[in-house]
Order: sequence, then C-alpha cells, then structure tokens
Amino acid sequence: MSEKFSLSVDGSTHTVTADPGTPLLYVLRDDLGLNNPHFGCGLAQCGACTVHLDGQPIRSCVTPVSAAGNGKITTLAGLGTPEKPHPLQAAYIEEQVPQCGYCINGWLMTAAAFLRDTKKPTEAQIKDALSGLKCRCGTHLAILRAVKRAAAMMG
Amino acid sequence: MISIAKLNRPSRRALLKSGGALVVSIGAPMPLQLARAAEEAWLVGAQPPLTPDQLSSYIAVNADGTISIFSGKTDLGQGLQVALAQMVAEELDVPFTAVKVVTGDTASSVNQGGASSASGIQEGGKQLRAAAAEARRVLVELAAEKLGVSAAQLVVDGGVVHSNTEMAKSVSYAELVGGRYFNVTLAWNGKIGNPLYAPGKARPKDPKDFKIVGQPIKRQDIAPKVFAQQDFCTDIKVPGMVHGRMIRPAVAGAMPVNVDESSIKDIPGARVVWNQGFLGVVADKEWDAIKAARDLKVTWSNPTPPFPDQASLYDHIRKAPVRKSETEGRPVGDVDAAFKNAARVIEAEYEWPFQSHASMGPACAVVDIKADQVTLWTGSQKPHFTRDGVARILGVPPEKVHGIWILGPGSYGRNDAGDCAIDAALLAKAVGRPVRLQYMRDQGTGWDPKAPASIHRARAAIDASGKVIGYEFTSKAFPRVDVNSNESAPHDTLAGQLTGVPLKSGDGFGVPEESYGFANKRTGYWETIAPLLDRGSPLRTSHLRDPIGPQVHFASESFMDELAAALNLDPVEFRLQYVSEPRDIAVIKAAAEKAGWQPAPSPRKGQGGNTVSGRGFAYVQRHGTRLAIVANVDVDRSSGKIWPRKFTVAHDCGQIINPDGLVRVIQAGVVQGISRTLWEEVKFNNKNVTSVDWQSYPILDIAEAPEAIDVVLIDRPEIAPSGAGEPAIRPVAAAIANAVFDATGVRIRRVPFSPDNVKSALS
Repeated sequence: MSEKFSLSVDGSTHTVTADPGTPLLYVLRDDLGLNNPHFGCGLAQCGACTVHLDGQPIRSCVTPVSAAGNGKITTLAGLGTPEKPHPLQAAYIEEQVPQCGYCINGWLMTAAAFLRDTKKPTEAQIKDALSGLKCRCGTHLAILRAVKRAAAMMG
Repeated sequence: MISIAKLNRPSRRALLKSGGALVVSIGAPMPLQLARAAEEAWLVGAQPPLTPDQLSSYIAVNADGTISIFSGKTDLGQGLQVALAQMVAEELDVPFTAVKVVTGDTASSVNQGGASSASGIQEGGKQLRAAAAEARRVLVELAAEKLGVSAAQLVVDGGVVHSNTEMAKSVSYAELVGGRYFNVTLAWNGKIGNPLYAPGKARPKDPKDFKIVGQPIKRQDIAPKVFAQQDFCTDIKVPGMVHGRMIRPAVAGAMPVNVDESSIKDIPGARVVWNQGFLGVVADKEWDAIKAARDLKVTWSNPTPPFPDQASLYDHIRKAPVRKSETEGRPVGDVDAAFKNAARVIEAEYEWPFQSHASMGPACAVVDIKADQVTLWTGSQKPHFTRDGVARILGVPPEKVHGIWILGPGSYGRNDAGDCAIDAALLAKAVGRPVRLQYMRDQGTGWDPKAPASIHRARAAIDASGKVIGYEFTSKAFPRVDVNSNESAPHDTLAGQLTGVPLKSGDGFGVPEESYGFANKRTGYWETIAPLLDRGSPLRTSHLRDPIGPQVHFASESFMDELAAALNLDPVEFRLQYVSEPRDIAVIKAAAEKAGWQPAPSPRKGQGGNTVSGRGFAYVQRHGTRLAIVANVDVDRSSGKIWPRKFTVAHDCGQIINPDGLVRVIQAGVVQGISRTLWEEVKFNNKNVTSVDWQSYPILDIAEAPEAIDVVLIDRPEIAPSGAGEPAIRPVAAAIANAVFDATGVRIRRVPFSPDNVKSALS
C-alpha cells in the first residue's frame, strides 16, 4: 500500500507517495528527479548510491523510504556548489580524480562525514574509512591524494 | 525529469550559429561582398554529406570564431577530449579554449570506431590533426585571396590570419568562414572504424613548433561530475518512458517454456515481453519493473548443465579439440634445431581465468522509437556500431537511428552496454513506448561478455654457455571474441542469440609483443577452442581492456623471469642482453633507474619472518607503445596476502599530447591491472556463472592500494603518438608474480593471486 512521505532533501521538502518498502534511491531518482545518487549494485556493496541521512552516510539502494522518516537527506548536489565547493569537491578537481565518475557519491559522501568527524586523519584511518567502496576505473591513488588534500584544507 | 532539450546535443546548425554579432540565419550564409572562386569552392551554406571524405565531417569554424570538432571516438574519463582539443588547437593556431569537442553522436560524427584498442589519440587524434591541418591550409589560402598577400607571407595567431610584415593586414577565421561549412574533399582510405584515415593536402605542424600539444591542460569534465551535474546514460528520461528489466535463466541455456503474466498483475503497469529466450518486463516506475522481474513466475526448460566444474577449467582447455589455430608472423631461425642442440630446456605453463568487465554500474540504455526516427542513448563505447546493431535488430535503415553516446557506468571494452542497447530496442518495439533499460548487478557481472580463460606454454633452449638459443611460446584458449568487440550484428548480441538469429561465433587470439632477439624464436602460434555454450552464454567471450594482453604477457614476462632465475642472472640484465630495440632498452633502463634497482638474481636471499618483500620486473610493447614496470610487493606468508606496495613505470607512447592526463591514465591502468592479478576470477558452477556481485567478484580495495605508482614519461615528439589507455595493464601480473618469486622463491603461474591461492602455493 502506498503511503505519503515528506522528505527533506538538500534543504527542500518534498511530498511523495510511495510503497514504504521502496528503496530511497528510487524515490530520489524517479519521484524527485535527482540524478546524482547512482544505482551500482542494489546490495550496499559499492557506495554509488550514498547519501547522508542526518549527516551519516547511508546506502540509499537498501534503505526503505520509510526509514528516512523525518530525517534530513543530503545528496552530493547538496554537499557544495561550484561557487561554494566542499573541500573534498575542490580537492577532487585539483587532483583530477574521477575517470567515469559513476562511483563518486560513495567516496565523496563517505569521506565528507569521515573528515567532519576525524581531524588530521592518518593514511591508515583514511583507508579504513573508505574501505569497501568501489572504483572500477582504478583511481584509488588519486582518491587518496584528494582526501588527504581535503583533510589538510579542513584542518 | 530532464528535458529532452537539455539532453540533446546541440545540432551542427546550432553550433555554427552560436555567437553574438556574427549569427547567420539558417540556410542563408553571410553574403559575400566579393565572390571568389576559392570561397565558392571551399565553403558552402548547407552541410555536405556526413561522410568520412568530407572535411566538414570533422571540423567547423563557428560564427563566433570557436572551433567545433566532431569525433567518432568516445572519452570514457581518460581525458581524450582534452587531448583532441589540444591537437586541433595546435594545428589551427587557436587557443585551446576555443575548441569544442563533440564525441560519439552519430548525427554529427563518422564512425571512427569509438573507444577501442587505446586508439583515441593514435587513430582518432591522428585524423582530427590531419583535418585541422587541412582546415588551416584552406583558411590561410582564403585569407591570402582576401588580403591580397601570398599564403607564404601569412601567419596565424589566435585564430587571426595576418601578414608577417604588416600586422594590420589581417582577417579572422570567423570572418573568413563563420557560419558556413567546409566544402573540401579529403583523401579517405575507404575504411571506417579505427583505421579510418582521411588526410588533406596539408602536412601537420613540425613538433618543434608545438605550443599546446605537450601541455598538462586539465580535464573539463571533472567539475560537473564532482558537483553532481553530469548526466550519465542512466539519467536519461524521455516523455512517456517506461522502465525495463531483463530476466535471465538460473541455468545458462535454459529457455522459458511458460510465463505466468498474472503473477505480476498487482504491479502497476507491469507488462511482459517474451520472444523465445528473450524475456523482459516493463513498468512505469523503476522499482515496479524491478519487482516485476523478481516476482514473475517463469517455468524454464531443463537443459543439461553446460559448464564443467570450475576446478577442471584448465584441464578442459588442455583437452578440448582445437577449433582454430594460427601462426602469426614468421618464426626466426630454426627453433626445432635449437631445442635439439640445447644443453638445457626450461619450460613452464601459465593459466589465466575468465574475467568480467564488472563495470561500476550495470549497463543502461534508452530507446525511443518514433514513426520516422529511432533515438538511442547508450553508454556503449562504440556508439556508431551500437546504432547499426539497433537498426538491424529493429529492421530499419541505420540512417533512421540516431545514436547518442552518453557516459555510462564504466566501460572497459565490450561490457554489458551493447547488449543492453539491443535489449532496450526490442523492449521498446514490443511495448510501443520509449524504454529505459538498466540491468541489475548480477546481470552486469554475471552476463557481460567475458575476457577469455587461457593457458600459455613457454619453453626455452639454453646452450652450454648459458645463452638462450631458442624460444617458443604458444597459447590455447577460449577465443577472444565469441561475440565481436561491438554489437553491430545481431548474432553478436544476447538478444539476437536468444531470438534465434543464426550463430556466427568469432575467433582468434593473440601473441606476445616484445623485441627479444633470441636467435631462434617462434612465438606466434595459438589455438582456440569452442565456447562451452554456443548460444546466450554468460561465459561468451569478448574484449575486456587490453584483450588477451594481460594473459599473454603474464606468461611471457613471467617466463623471462624464470629464465633469468634459472641462469642466476639479474632480471633486468637478462632482458637487456636480448632486447634489441632502442626504445625498449630505454624504458627498461628508465624504470630500473627510477626504482633504484640493484642488480641481483631472484629470489632475494636472507629474508626471515612472516612478511617478506620482493621486487619484480616486466617489459612489454603494445601497438607501438613500450613500457617497463617494477613492482615492489610484501607477502604475508601465513595469510597469503600480497600487498602490492609500490610500482615504477617507464612509459613511451611516442609523442606526448598531455603529460598530466597520461600519468593518471597509466596509474589507473596499473591499479586495474593489480586488481585483475590479485583478485579477479569469474566463478561458475556447472549451471551458471556464480560471480554476480562485488562479494563474488572482488576487485582491489582502496585499503590495498599501492602507496605509490611512480611514472617516468619518455617523450618522443618526432614519433606519432600511440596508445596509453591499455598498455599499462599488460605487464602488471608478470611484475607482481616476479616480485612474489623474488620475495618467496615460489613461482605462481595461475591468476588470481588471491590470499587462498598464494597460501596454497606457498605451502
């Protein structure tokens, strides 16, 4: 049975009607027309669908819309803008990180929460925080360089 | 929903009209104050046919003085667009920022083969460079007539042609051409795809005059990705569109015998499309399509399970009848006599598993069939061929299909994107609505065309003095292309095979590329065997990045290391004794020097403890490119885990267009090579492929990333650029295997070097 949900996404509130079991990813993409969270696996194994729910990275491909509750959802589009980039976004451009870029939500949204909570992280801490995310193009080294650069920018 | 207007690429006409004061109206070229014969001959108001022999098919000077270039190559995120713009800006003497690159749209570019064989610059750039040089020649001739100055006295700076004695005597490209099309015929070689070449009369610039080529200009496509403004193929939405999902059998080769459509009657808008083995569903909402595909009750036929046990894969290859064999190139000397006279013969055999493209996301395509026009949005890296495939499966002429390439979720060869486009076309035709089809993860990994599994045998004849007097290398393998490297023919697609199109399996393999000057040498022989399942197989083979390259050179370069060890020689010194080409010698020396290589035979002596370290060397060629690589690894003996700690690459692909982009492409290629070496193996049982996600098809995790990949670029401006997108993967497995041998004294001859495999090899 479909239900109504009121979702706060990137600072705007949207009302959608959906089956409560619908993964948040499809509500964001289909009902709200947001393209940035991507379908990679539907199994919480890759990170391409990652958004923040109340500041914590979640895999929207396995999170039912009903579990988003009254929480605040932030997508990559809400992380920063060309005018006011998040340090990670600036670092990603500086380090020319992505190739195809389809994986980008996982890395940026996970790293954003990590760097917010962990100042001056070690390389081992960074690798641990990002472990499990997938990049098939093999940009691993560039990702690490960018996260270190952003960490330095964030003090 | 994205509007169509946003998604459609600007038309040629719109591009030509763009700009402020110089806008011209459609179909009405700027009136000429002085009609000149040359102008009438070289410029026209209406676009000449989009054929490979027309200069206008590659390049246009827009009304605002910007340059548009149209490439049938696609940029998968490796910076090709920047490199192409650099090459064109250089030839035309315009700023880099004046060049706009349009790629992979069948309405604006000819078939240059798409992304293929690392030829974006090697072939695609070569053609655009030739076209730009010809455009400059024509523009300077036009300026000469307009200014009354001989062409020899004219120079071009920033898109303005002026006299070299009187700066004031000048005219801009925009003033000369703006808004009209070149009407210049090129000397086309009659080929399409990668080998297409159509030069004009002009010679490209002398590299000593380069100002833009060779500069580390940054990519323009990064920021849109970082700010979530980049539309991928998966983001295409068109009015009236429905979402599709395909249904594949649990047992490969099984066909649906009964489909109970009532099982999904409660899912809004869900419909079934069934034709022989082709089975899919559509629904208005994507999640509903997924549910319908999951819930649809299907009764399948019960075929004999088609596959051997995975454990017997290599035995199967050894024993299977040879379907095709070939000797490429000519043997050197008398190999048989060398082995007869040998004081010692060394031999080894190597094994490589099936591997999957396992793209970041499963493929997606959108097909919109209208009465007079079919539009295809695809992430397939060869969109002109995809266009042809869609036309054929729909039975319409190719010119009625507009193929638009949009970045897909990763693309490393013939992945699942091509099949997805053809499937989407059949769904769209069946339901009479535009269809967006995305595969699911298990289909992306489980049902993409696979890189072939193979075995390789190498043997060497050594004389009494320790000299290699004979070398032989052979392969026996599944063919590199059960299905072609593009999807233009229905028999090369799952949809075609599942709807009864007569089969026509491809064949072929490949051989090592190196310059070892052994006196007697036979390395060109290969044998291929029949596929395990001839129709609709999840183990059908096709090109995965550097097709057959990693397999063959894992074996050939591991074997060189085995020879060096057997002769108690340093691996670098051994290679330098036999490598004969100066460019090969240069990369070998450069890599060794940069890595601080200290000569010593492997294995390393005197290491104790659980974690041991080693260094390994490999060198390869690929289609003109040469590189050498040093791997430094740590091996945890008790767990079998390898940490590929550091790599050093020396890379020579001739003339370097963009060193910054090149380094990144090499580094990412090495990482993908590490992943394929340490982790990647398509698992299967006798019924089907069981590698269906990232747990069952693991790739290199970021926690295992090397701490550094140092790259030494050897620039050779006088040598035409060759490819870089694939060569760096090629030597990685051998370098790691050689490093593991150096560390442990144990030779691993089967990929992947997963902890379990390494542990059992060490025990």
